[in-house]
Amino acid sequence: MASPSPKSPEQSEKTKQYDRQLRLWGDHGQSALEHGHICLINATALGTEILKSIVLPGVGAITIVDDKAVSDEDIGSNFFLECSSKDLNRGTEALRLLLELNPAVRGHAVQEPTDQILRENPDFFKAFSVVIATSLGEKTIQDLAQHLWNINVPLILCRSVGFLGSFRIQMKEHAVIETHPDNEQTDLRLDAPFQSLADYLDSFDIDNVDLKDHGHIPWIVIIYKAVQKWQASNQNRWPMSRKEKNEVKSIIGEFIRRDENDVPINEENFEEAIRAVNTALMPTYLPVKSQELLYCSAATNLTKDSTPFWIMCSALRGFVEGEGKGKLPVKGVLPDMTASTDHYIKLQNLYRTQAAMDAEIVYRKVQQIVAQLHCDNISEADVKLFCRHAHDLHLISGSSIASEYQLTSSVASYIARHLEEPDVMMVHYVLLRAAEMFASEHCRAPGDWEPESDSAKLKACVTKLLSDVSCAPFPKDDHVHEMCRYGGAEVHSVSAFLGGCVAHEAIKIVTKQYKPVNNTFIYDAASTNTATFTF
Amino acid sequence: MASGENQSSSDNQPRRWHHIRKLLERSGPFCHPDFEPSPEILDFIMDSCKVLIVGAGGLGCELLKDLALMGFKKLHVVDMDTIELSNLNRQFLFRKNDIGLSKAKCAVEFVNKRVPGCEAVAHHCPIQDLDEGFYRQFHIVVCGLDSIVARRWLNGMLMSLLQYNDDRSLDQSSVIPLVDGGTEGFKGNARVILPGMSACIECTLDLYPPQKTFPLCTIANTPRLPEHCIEYVKVIQWAKENPWGNNTALDGDDPQHVAWVFEKAQDRAVKHGISNVTYRLTQGVLKNIIPAVASTNAAIAACCATEVFKLASSCCVNMNNYMVMNMADGVYTYTFNAEKRPDCVACSNSTRIVEIEPDATLQMIYDKLCEDPVFMMKSPGITTVINGRNKTLYMSSIKSIEERTRDNLKKKITDLGLYNGADILVADVTTPNTITIKLKFLENQDVEMAR
Repeated sequence: MASPSPKSPEQSEKTKQYDRQLRLWGDHGQSALEHGHICLINATALGTEILKSIVLPGVGAITIVDDKAVSDEDIGSNFFLECSSKDLNRGTEALRLLLELNPAVRGHAVQEPTDQILRENPDFFKAFSVVIATSLGEKTIQDLAQHLWNINVPLILCRSVGFLGSFRIQMKEHAVIETHPDNEQTDLRLDAPFQSLADYLDSFDIDNVDLKDHGHIPWIVIIYKAVQKWQASNQNRWPMSRKEKNEVKSIIGEFIRRDENDVPINEENFEEAIRAVNTALMPTYLPVKSQELLYCSAATNLTKDSTPFWIMCSALRGFVEGEGKGKLPVKGVLPDMTASTDHYIKLQNLYRTQAAMDAEIVYRKVQQIVAQLHCDNISEADVKLFCRHAHDLHLISGSSIASEYQLTSSVASYIARHLEEPDVMMVHYVLLRAAEMFASEHCRAPGDWEPESDSAKLKACVTKLLSDVSCAPFPKDDHVHEMCRYGGAEVHSVSAFLGGCVAHEAIKIVTKQYKPVNNTFIYDAASTNTATFTF
Repeated sequence: MASGENQSSSDNQPRRWHHIRKLLERSGPFCHPDFEPSPEILDFIMDSCKVLIVGAGGLGCELLKDLALMGFKKLHVVDMDTIELSNLNRQFLFRKNDIGLSKAKCAVEFVNKRVPGCEAVAHHCPIQDLDEGFYRQFHIVVCGLDSIVARRWLNGMLMSLLQYNDDRSLDQSSVIPLVDGGTEGFKGNARVILPGMSACIECTLDLYPPQKTFPLCTIANTPRLPEHCIEYVKVIQWAKENPWGNNTALDGDDPQHVAWVFEKAQDRAVKHGISNVTYRLTQGVLKNIIPAVASTNAAIAACCATEVFKLASSCCVNMNNYMVMNMADGVYTYTFNAEKRPDCVACSNSTRIVEIEPDATLQMIYDKLCEDPVFMMKSPGITTVINGRNKTLYMSSIKSIEERTRDNLKKKITDLGLYNGADILVADVTTPNTITIKLKFLENQDVEMAR
């Protein structure tokens, strides 16, 4: 028998190759990634582990800046160097082996020291979506961070020492529309139904339908009817307290039909309604985070340089204050519920239609703003996406690494507060900073040759840092000894863990999906602990 | 590269292991109490310590690379799968030319070539094909599987290797630690299991999310979601229309099959006014695809590799004992002590007891074995010994026996020769060994079940 020939086109090679990740960030996320260009400074084990997980999913291009020659230690801990790489330029060798992972990715190697580029060709860095730096000295870190802050290019600064690791993300501003929350709240508007929804809900008479149809009524209708019944004897208030919600639940229980022996029939939709009461009765409100965004100065004082995000926020504010009557556009998403196909699809279409109408209003406002400001147009699809996620918008307003290194008063008190708690992860942060200070003073990692003799010198760095943040010295020296034991060693599995995390954050930044770390991540592999700090 | 060259290359590069030697040859204030720094630890890791990596997929590739660069040479990798195009977004030891080849072999070949001295060995077969003698040779097993059933089987195997002294105390030398990692999209977990000593896979079955299923009546009568339409074509329409003839089974890896299901599901969706049936969704539902990305796998595997290194060297105390990770909102991890179940089927070394009403049917025992969170079996085969002879009560895995024993399910257990205190022997895909369970009749039905 001839096999039936399908009409639908087969997927492209690329779609098949990236299938497992397209399910996480979609075709538009992939496209954003393919337009991304990542710069890595120093192809250490940590550096190549980061690039590995960026090259595999198909970033557009990578550039490695590295002026060092490959050593035996490099080969021992870095998978993207081989024995024949010895004494060759580290960046060039790592690039060659990294690009083997994915022929779609373009790559460049630059064999100049970072300091020289900063001095002679600072515009070099303007081309990148994200710059990632590993194993830099204190001075270069501050120069590079300041420059990237000025030209508004995100920087991820990474360290891996012994069992400790950290990364710090510096970006001025990062807006996320698609945050992909784990538990997204439903937006059903039962407390304030739009007209078509109210008409539809009112058209049901659940007492007078036959048993089969009774079991097919969506729980939204059931809860709406139960609330109406409850309101009749409660001055039309909205049930808020646990007690009041329980009263609504028992009204639903009374709706359930009974058999000839007066035993309630098992009606799944009514059971679902009782379970859904607590979340479905949450009143519709403007989330505080959305409100803050709509009224912050970037949204209220637009200029022709305003980003599309802020223009859309401004248009959204217009909607909330006008047509939306204090509420955001309808999400247009209906959770699955026991119901007949007809009821469910009808209801789903009501929500979708209203969502489209609301988004349309916002889009018109966007067009008006764009016309007034003479700036680039924003597509209707982008506005729709923005409205769909208006409840979960996320903005990171970053801080500069310069202020962190200068230990400004707010940074100092933040560090001191955590040290007083006491938070051992902040102790690790102090040690990582102290080790960096040590390296800039002594031109080697603490404990590189002799752990014992370096302990006192490292302790001096720790004490200096602690006094700068107005903290007493640590009562014990155990963390200092541990850092000296590491002697600047880079442990492959620690770098591999951080590599996965940093690649992940870079992808979030480039795709503008999911929430990145804000802004410092500390990893202690010895205790399998991690922490996030916001400097 | 010739193996002779491999042998000597570590001598040629005295500084190659400089990094990890600092951890192994120096003492620190947070070391394991038993740790005594010495160059011999690296010798042990390189020359003696045998580690089995189960799975050469997203986690397995990373584990193999990580462990090889942490000094381990005596590595074994087992995986029955062959390489597919959709693996290449994360399984970085494979290239397009490798599609169709054994994952285990390809991965091992690549790493042995890249890391001189590494002597990894590949086993291209199901884990169930390897016997006790094989598993017993390892010091540590590290596992990166996507299947819960395979994980449980492996767990059962390591538990069955445990030996107990006369006083019922555990013989420590029979313990092979298991480090287990798993990922799903931007989430993952890693854990350390000391068989017989800390919580095992079976102790914490409730940590696995229940599988999403759709009730048949919804699929058939009241479809609402695009998934319902796809399930309908998969479960009902395929068998009815038999599009390839000869009762050809639906193959989620055959693009023509997927395309057929996609079109039929679209037809059904249009008929019911349902939108968003896509090819990608069709494939996802048919193959139960779990999203996966390189970065999550890298992080989880690295965490497992660190724990293997700690176990092999004692240079640091192990994680105690379960870490969950979520990279969707920032990077969040949480490490907790999963508790060992005193009545665990796999690791408690105690007789398993099932309490049941005296007038129960065999079906009720069968259902209990599938649904009780302690057992969660897939298709248990139940036998017993009556008057010294084995008697099969029910077995679904072999068709002729299933037909012969099917009627027993409806019978009362007492009519089948079972009694209070009788032992039943249960076999299942989730465990390599038959489990003996003692029946305990409940005195009367008013007595509350002791939990």
